[in-house]
Amino acid sequence: MANSTVREIGNEPKTSKMNLLQAINSGLDIAMATDQRVICLGEDIGQFGGVFRATSNLQKKYGNQRCFNTPITEQGIVGFAIGLAAQGSVPVAEIQFADYIFPAFDQIVNEAAKYRYRSGDEFNCGGLTIRTPYGGGIDGGLYHSQSPEAYFCHTPGLKVVMPSNAYQAKGLLLAAIRDPDPVIFFEPKAIYRASVGQVPEGDYEIPLGIAEVVQQGTDITLLGWGAQMVQIIKAAELAAADGISCEIIDLRSLLPWDRDCVAQSVTKTGRLLISHEAPRTGGYAGEIAASIQQHCFLSLEAPISRVTGLDTPFPLIHEKQYLPDHLKIYEAIVATCNY
Amino acid sequence: MKIAPNLSPAKKAPKFEDGSSLRIPSLQILNQDGSVIAGATVPDLSRAQATKIYSDMLYIRMLDERMQSAQRQGRLSFYMTCTGEEASVAGTIAAFQPQDMAMAQYREHLVLRYRGFTTAQFMNQLFGNLDDLGKGRQMPVHYGSRELNIMTISSPLATQIPQASGYAYGQKLKGKDACTLCYFGEGAASEGDFHAGLNMAAVLNCPVVFVVRNNGYAISTSCAEQFATDGIAPRGPGYGIKTIRVDGNDILAVYAASVEARRIATQEQRPVLIETMSYRLGAHSTSDDPSGYRSKQEEQIWRDKDPIQRMKNWLIAQCWWTEESDTDLQKSYRTEILAELKLAEQRDKPPLGDLITDVYKSVPTHLLEQFQELETHIAKYPDHYSV
Repeated sequence: MANSTVREIGNEPKTSKMNLLQAINSGLDIAMATDQRVICLGEDIGQFGGVFRATSNLQKKYGNQRCFNTPITEQGIVGFAIGLAAQGSVPVAEIQFADYIFPAFDQIVNEAAKYRYRSGDEFNCGGLTIRTPYGGGIDGGLYHSQSPEAYFCHTPGLKVVMPSNAYQAKGLLLAAIRDPDPVIFFEPKAIYRASVGQVPEGDYEIPLGIAEVVQQGTDITLLGWGAQMVQIIKAAELAAADGISCEIIDLRSLLPWDRDCVAQSVTKTGRLLISHEAPRTGGYAGEIAASIQQHCFLSLEAPISRVTGLDTPFPLIHEKQYLPDHLKIYEAIVATCNY
Repeated sequence: MKIAPNLSPAKKAPKFEDGSSLRIPSLQILNQDGSVIAGATVPDLSRAQATKIYSDMLYIRMLDERMQSAQRQGRLSFYMTCTGEEASVAGTIAAFQPQDMAMAQYREHLVLRYRGFTTAQFMNQLFGNLDDLGKGRQMPVHYGSRELNIMTISSPLATQIPQASGYAYGQKLKGKDACTLCYFGEGAASEGDFHAGLNMAAVLNCPVVFVVRNNGYAISTSCAEQFATDGIAPRGPGYGIKTIRVDGNDILAVYAASVEARRIATQEQRPVLIETMSYRLGAHSTSDDPSGYRSKQEEQIWRDKDPIQRMKNWLIAQCWWTEESDTDLQKSYRTEILAELKLAEQRDKPPLGDLITDVYKSVPTHLLEQFQELETHIAKYPDHYSV
């Protein structure tokens, strides 16, 4: 909870116990209450409140003009939301699963990301936020499990954010909605209900582009984001029993990412391990590794380690074997420290 | 407004529908010689507005001729003309208000002219110079202007269609007497975004007017290879959208339909689809040569239906125009265009710093670093990188 990067609005915030979904819902509620321009749209998000209930009660509270169901058309949802944003609204579009974001790829990559640039700032769609649940751990197989963040991190003009707990989810979501650039907000659905914590009931933002040092350490830096932080923290506990001191960083924002924070840590520990659920080849760990070896080359004591998903489609029966879990991370910590 | 499914039992034997019962006629008011078709209703159009519409059509014809030549001379990298379709664009935009947003494809620069985009502004964009509103970032003809409520053009086809629906929804929420006018071609209507945008507009009751310019060709692909149906118009009712087809070379038909379309969109708060039947008399772009896929005879049939000639015939019949004023205006446009062309091609290019601005609202640190690396490198080889 204590976090120097948090800009609290008001003193001594009243908190209550919320899971990650409730925190998202609370964030959306505050965004809609504080800004009439905020509009929520997506499949099943109206009266039903979304298949995960992230938008529960919002239509009842703010009316069906500001919170409404759309036909099943991801490219339509994002295109429509871009138009809304260009007109001056602040749309929060939900894509039901990140696996289904690809029909909207053109609207996101060729349109939203380039709107300001291509018009010379005559127009922009900076009000746009796209929320979408991502990741495995729910027996979802190929099409309810993917982590497609790297595709979007390769696109200048977008911001990409992935919270790892309830507190972050609300603060980062409010910052994303109010950010002047289009943001893709990936929600770790595996821990939607499992991640529970004290969350301020009121309004607060966690600034985008700034990582959080979750735990100080001296031997190795462990870096991750989203639901993967659960595995990383568990692995660090196992390593601690072996006498290995892990520094843990939660990146929170992937684009732009907080290179200074990671580089500073690696300069101190001399070792870096990056873990994500997405496949290894072309995964975001590769970009971070390349950047950190360039900036911390003389401090590195071992090759930068990547603990990731395999280069396969997301499996079903072998999900447990596929996932980069705490044991795989623990083994990589030991190997890196013994290099 | 929404139509419930008809569940009444069909009689007799199974009967399948193939759309042949839905033949949508094309509204025509003017004959090619400028006379009004017997029984047709001429829309209310003042002399001042009629001559403005005509002048702007003529201007775009002159601009297109001049810039096509400039491209052939190697002065310009690329160009696209509106030739043959001027009435489809002029007749629609003229029926809308300045507060209405216009989202176009790339062949509708008449929209900009109609709303006051200057010759210098056209030229600055075409040459991507220091004064281009788009800061030299897009290929020629990708115009846009916030001041004129004309969304900047993007090359991907049909992406503006769902955006127009969303833009119109925003206008509706703000309770404005405003709507969105969205253009695209019959080829673009094959993209998924067409379906997404029209369906959402209908379901969410968006005040948007879609104008599909059916000009017969998508680069080399004719309508026969683009769709199996009778044009695009029959799709409108399938979405629950009020639809009309017009002779796109008949300025009065296009204008009359557009006036009513705007009324429906703003007063009934629902979308409208207009299909303008016309012909792309020129090439797709300066990179295309139509002689490889269509005959001169076919082109001649449509040259004989020239929309500018038809409107001129009508104006002269109204005693609102003369051949002399036509010649004078053409001459003055040519002079102005040539003078501005010369100025624009000599104007400086945008500064290197524009490379990294507007990616985000503020330039992020990593991009600043990359730019500093670039500047250091360029400083070492200034001649190689001079603009």
